[in-house]
Amino acid sequence: MTELILTVNHQHFSLDVPESRTLAEVLRLDLGLTGTKIGCEEAECGICTVLVDGIPVDSCLFPAFKGYGKHILTIEGLAQNGHLHPVQDNFIKHGAVQCGFCSPGLIMTSVALIDACPNPTDGDIKTALKDTYCRCTGYSSVIQAIKSAASEMRGKAALPVNEPVVEDTERIVGKSVPPYEVRDKVTGKARYTDDYVFPNMLFARTLRSRYPHARIVNIDTSAAEKLGGVHAVLTYKDVPGENLHGLVRRDWPVLCEDVVRYVGDAVAIVAADTPEIAAKAIALIDVEYDPLPVVSDPEYAHDPNAPHVHPGGNLLKHIKVRHGDIEKGFAEADVIVEREYRTPIVEHAFLEPECAIGVPEGVEGHDKLTVYVGSQIPYQDREQIAQAMGIVPDQIRVRGTLIGGGFGGKEDIAGQIHVAMLARVTGRPVKMLYTRQESLIFHPKRHATIIRIKTGAKRSGELVAVQAELYGDAGAYASLSDKVMTRATTHATGPYVVPNAKIDCYAMYTNNPPAGAFRGFGVTQSAFAVEQNMDILAEQIGIDPMEFRRRNAQRVGSITATGQELRESVGLVQTLDHVYDDMRQNGTLQWSWRDGHKAYGWGVGSAYKNTGLGGGAPDKAIAEVEAFEDGSVEVRTSSADMGQGLAHVLAQCVAEEFTLPYERVRVLLSDTDLTPDGGPTTASRQTFVSGNAARLAASTLREAFTRTAAEHLDYPPSELRYEEGLLHYNGDHVEFGDIVRWMKASGIMPKARHEYWAPQTRPLGEGGDMHFAFSYATQAALVEVDIETGEVHVLKVVSSTDVGRAINPLSLQGQIEGGIVMALGNTISEAFIVEDGIPWTSTLSRYKMPSIKHTPEIITRLVEDRVSSGPYGAKGVGEIPSICTAPAISNAVYNATGVRIYSIPIDQDALLRAIKNGHEEVHTTWSDVR
Amino acid sequence: MKVWNRYHTPSTIDEALQLLADYNGAARVVAGGTDLLIELREGARPPQEALVDITFIPELISVHQSNDHVLIGAAVTHDQITKSPLLNNHARCLVESCGVVGGPQVRNVGTIGGNVAHALPAGDGTISLVALDSEAEIILSGERQWVPIADMFVGPGKSLIDPTRDLLLGFRFKVQAGKSASAFERIMRPQGVALPIMGCAVSITLDDSSTIFEQVRICVAPTGPVPSRLSEIEDVLLGQEASEERIEAAISSAYDTVRPRTSKYRATADYRREVIPVLLRRTLHTAISRARQGHRD
Ligand SMILES: Cc1cc2nc3c(=O)[nH]c(=O)nc-3n(C[C@H](O)[C@H](O)[C@H](O)COP(=O)(O)OP(=O)(O)OC[C@H]3O[C@@H](n4cnc5c(N)ncnc54)[C@H](O)[C@@H]3O)c2cc1C
Ligand code: FES
Ligand code: FES
Repeated sequence: MTELILTVNHQHFSLDVPESRTLAEVLRLDLGLTGTKIGCEEAECGICTVLVDGIPVDSCLFPAFKGYGKHILTIEGLAQNGHLHPVQDNFIKHGAVQCGFCSPGLIMTSVALIDACPNPTDGDIKTALKDTYCRCTGYSSVIQAIKSAASEMRGKAALPVNEPVVEDTERIVGKSVPPYEVRDKVTGKARYTDDYVFPNMLFARTLRSRYPHARIVNIDTSAAEKLGGVHAVLTYKDVPGENLHGLVRRDWPVLCEDVVRYVGDAVAIVAADTPEIAAKAIALIDVEYDPLPVVSDPEYAHDPNAPHVHPGGNLLKHIKVRHGDIEKGFAEADVIVEREYRTPIVEHAFLEPECAIGVPEGVEGHDKLTVYVGSQIPYQDREQIAQAMGIVPDQIRVRGTLIGGGFGGKEDIAGQIHVAMLARVTGRPVKMLYTRQESLIFHPKRHATIIRIKTGAKRSGELVAVQAELYGDAGAYASLSDKVMTRATTHATGPYVVPNAKIDCYAMYTNNPPAGAFRGFGVTQSAFAVEQNMDILAEQIGIDPMEFRRRNAQRVGSITATGQELRESVGLVQTLDHVYDDMRQNGTLQWSWRDGHKAYGWGVGSAYKNTGLGGGAPDKAIAEVEAFEDGSVEVRTSSADMGQGLAHVLAQCVAEEFTLPYERVRVLLSDTDLTPDGGPTTASRQTFVSGNAARLAASTLREAFTRTAAEHLDYPPSELRYEEGLLHYNGDHVEFGDIVRWMKASGIMPKARHEYWAPQTRPLGEGGDMHFAFSYATQAALVEVDIETGEVHVLKVVSSTDVGRAINPLSLQGQIEGGIVMALGNTISEAFIVEDGIPWTSTLSRYKMPSIKHTPEIITRLVEDRVSSGPYGAKGVGEIPSICTAPAISNAVYNATGVRIYSIPIDQDALLRAIKNGHEEVHTTWSDVR
Repeated sequence: MKVWNRYHTPSTIDEALQLLADYNGAARVVAGGTDLLIELREGARPPQEALVDITFIPELISVHQSNDHVLIGAAVTHDQITKSPLLNNHARCLVESCGVVGGPQVRNVGTIGGNVAHALPAGDGTISLVALDSEAEIILSGERQWVPIADMFVGPGKSLIDPTRDLLLGFRFKVQAGKSASAFERIMRPQGVALPIMGCAVSITLDDSSTIFEQVRICVAPTGPVPSRLSEIEDVLLGQEASEERIEAAISSAYDTVRPRTSKYRATADYRREVIPVLLRRTLHTAISRARQGHRD
């Protein structure tokens, strides 16, 4: 130990810390400044950025003693006397904060940029923030926020907020109120799971399989147990209840007993005094494996001779859509196009790696075994923990913390059960934080999918038949594969009227990482195929691709391939019209052109996506609303806000119903003891179901308010009027808080609860309403291809999205921009590579999500074709923006170069070779370069 | 995770050498740590007992001109290089190549010495130093000496010096007289590891009439295990007219001597062969027009 002298946020420190510390560790662990976040520890993500003598550095890779004597500025030091720094303030105003996990890093990097360059251009911003990632926003709002802050700091006016145009607004619904807790997110106060610290806390690590498929012969934990500072080493023998978990099908061992099925399968867990000791201990556990043959691709998995991943065989589910008469359909077709497409395994790369903390009953004021976790499904977590612990769910409390991004990747169990077990055994709080590298290999991903699709149309441009076969790589465990691949199947006709369809999807177990929920839920995969076949057909028929889509578009009254009649809220045609308008320059639309060695092309894609679980699954959410004497109202539900902005949607609905100022509504989410079940945060359902539950609970409470007030004031209820938190009557008014007091005095709890059931749906195969609503989108992408190098750049994306109703336009735009950029990553840069079951993508440096450099200009237009059962007409928006980007870009590349891309991410290497050799098709991708 | 125990920040070269000697192999030189600390974390190297941070040694963090040489300390950061007026004037290719290393956070700490000592076949700063015909100053087995930059590279990831005992002090190259200029370009792919698929640095001198190549130095990498010059093409161009036709002729006559490899998840040999002429054309074109415009950069 040597004394470390530092100035941090203008305060002088002299610290006695180990020389092995990084600056991030000193800040977070020794100084408790948890505003600085850790996302990778590889100098890749940049979210740990702090300023050292004014210069941005990655604090995760900066030895603390390198900073000896220097001045460190962190996110906590930016605001002065309670006044936000202009960068913080503008990040809020321009909607540049979603989950907020990246915000400290982005803000610090931006502050340094403006200091060095007071009037930054887009180019300056893209250079300065190139390696500071955000997975949520898509960066457009970030760029605008920085320019606006810079302008203010030069003494000029802030820039206008780019908001999408909405049809009309209510008092609060339809307005861009700032997201909930956003101030905490830009000042570093917001706490994510790893920011919680309990006295006496232990640190846990997981020993994971090194083999994709192997029999466990023996597990010897004796050496690990003897290591000083180790408090527990647990294996399958120590699982008190059922040693299986799983969201749909319980097939995933809590700790593997006899077989491991993928690299990353958990074999043993350790709790120790420090993370270092825990890591040392897992290295001392000796597991003897007997390797088994590996099933590494879904088509091979279907081969009768393939080894079995699970005793019941490899077929997890065969999903079928049958509609009309497929033979007759193709017989009517003048043009038939049959192609094969491939999409890769995709990683969520949420910036906050998984973390869970277990606190035993009776410790630190916890009256039951409590698990802190940033989870998308708190109630199901609780149930799964209970099952594995062999206790009833009521004995467990799951407390949701802020989530640093989820996108579907935080629905499955990660460390929740493990920390509960370790906390029980040690009697102490236990934290399990995954490293980025562990997160990468462990959690379920997007299904790699092979799609063979045959589409037939008449010369007149009328679609007549679609036949498709899909192979989805479900990986080692079921997770949500059944549901995800069902969505891929039911959406495989695209948002069109197709009278005859036959679609078969095989979700196959393999020894690859499990696949589960991922924004777009299977529909991203089928859309990649459907929308390119549409363009190929249009070209062969000789019809404009927009017109072809328009002619076949679903409309009110159309029947889907699952036999559902669409009775309302089908805004597809309008989205096509919007995009067509925005693509044209000076009235004309040029699909492609050349300029020197650059080829340019536009491409389009359309999509639809269900809102809610559908398929006959009971889809409900409960919300509770309570009023307080101080005039505030709290809305409670266990739904998760992972950055998509559910909290403010709920607050807006409640404020609207009560005609209360938005600031007076508090939101409490995700606590199984304090908030009622909101169901899973998945399938773009929360605005719809929890939004409805909150709205209806609020209106029930408001009626009770009115009754009490009418009685107390002796005034007819019909003449009472709510306005801005006051109740007006007869020219006079009373405060909200007064009514609460009156209610309490007469023994009425100022509280209401509503259990909202979404409209009934029906299972696939039965016809009728499989879903209660669909969102629609059309996007066009403008690409630039360097025909000398094959490099592809997406310059612009024009989008129009039918969301039913925009409850918060700015945050909605954030969802759309973020969704588009995420999908752009899927098309251009992202693939999780697994070689014979062994992940090559074992570090973040091997997985590139889009950086600010990749952000195209994005135009967001909205269609508000209201759905009568949605809150104020709203339907889901979380997923629809991510679905048609990939085919739009691929179609654009074709239009620019004449080469069609059948496999993503687009490989510039193969594209260039195709251009040079006069080939029209590219079927390989980056992972085929070996 | 703890990957080193002690962290030293010596302020003189002698002190640094003494520390390395005292630890007798258990300590390693660190500069920005953007390569080393990641290797340690990934387990590519065993944890070190001590790190000797050489970025506090004033001699190693300066850029200056001395007579007809430009000198760059080994611990000069990429950011410092991009902002140096001297280098912008005399080594534009180096400025351009250091300007694309990582992002700002990496460039603010990562050093040119670390880039060379890491000895990748296509380190971005490195290939510009090769095109500038630089020399490296090292202390090898206790002996302080200048060596041609090419001698620094022994194999992929292996340099002449042993950073547990030796030191890289800095680089120098001659200020070019007359109509000289340089340029750098690289091709990346958006997927996977941030290593260039192909990088190209050129440094040229034209005669007084701005028409004839008096000097041509080209480094295209990776084309082999260590960064090296494309002497075949240089030889063909030397003394020739700096015209499009001549450049094309040189590329096609010497092209077969360039044999890039396929590297997994980065590029196929065929792709690399396609883009090498593109890079050569683009960088030579830029360098020629810079030289003609009279400003050296
Ligand atoms: C996100 C990211 C992106 C990157 N992108 C690029 C890129 O685009 N192009 C590129 O070329 N590189 C890139 N790099 C690699 C790296 O940043 C550079 O190679 C950098 O120049 C290394 O310098 P450093 O000072 O950080 O080296 P260090 O990590 O400190 O050292 C590297 C090696 O050199 C030794 N060493 C360093 N200095 C000396 C010395 N003076 N004497 C003796 N031995 C010494 C060390 O012991 C170590 O073995 C990237 C790295 C990251 C993390
Ligand atoms: S760069 Fe430091 S945590 Fe990612
Ligand atoms: S808001 Fe940027 S990562 Fe979530």
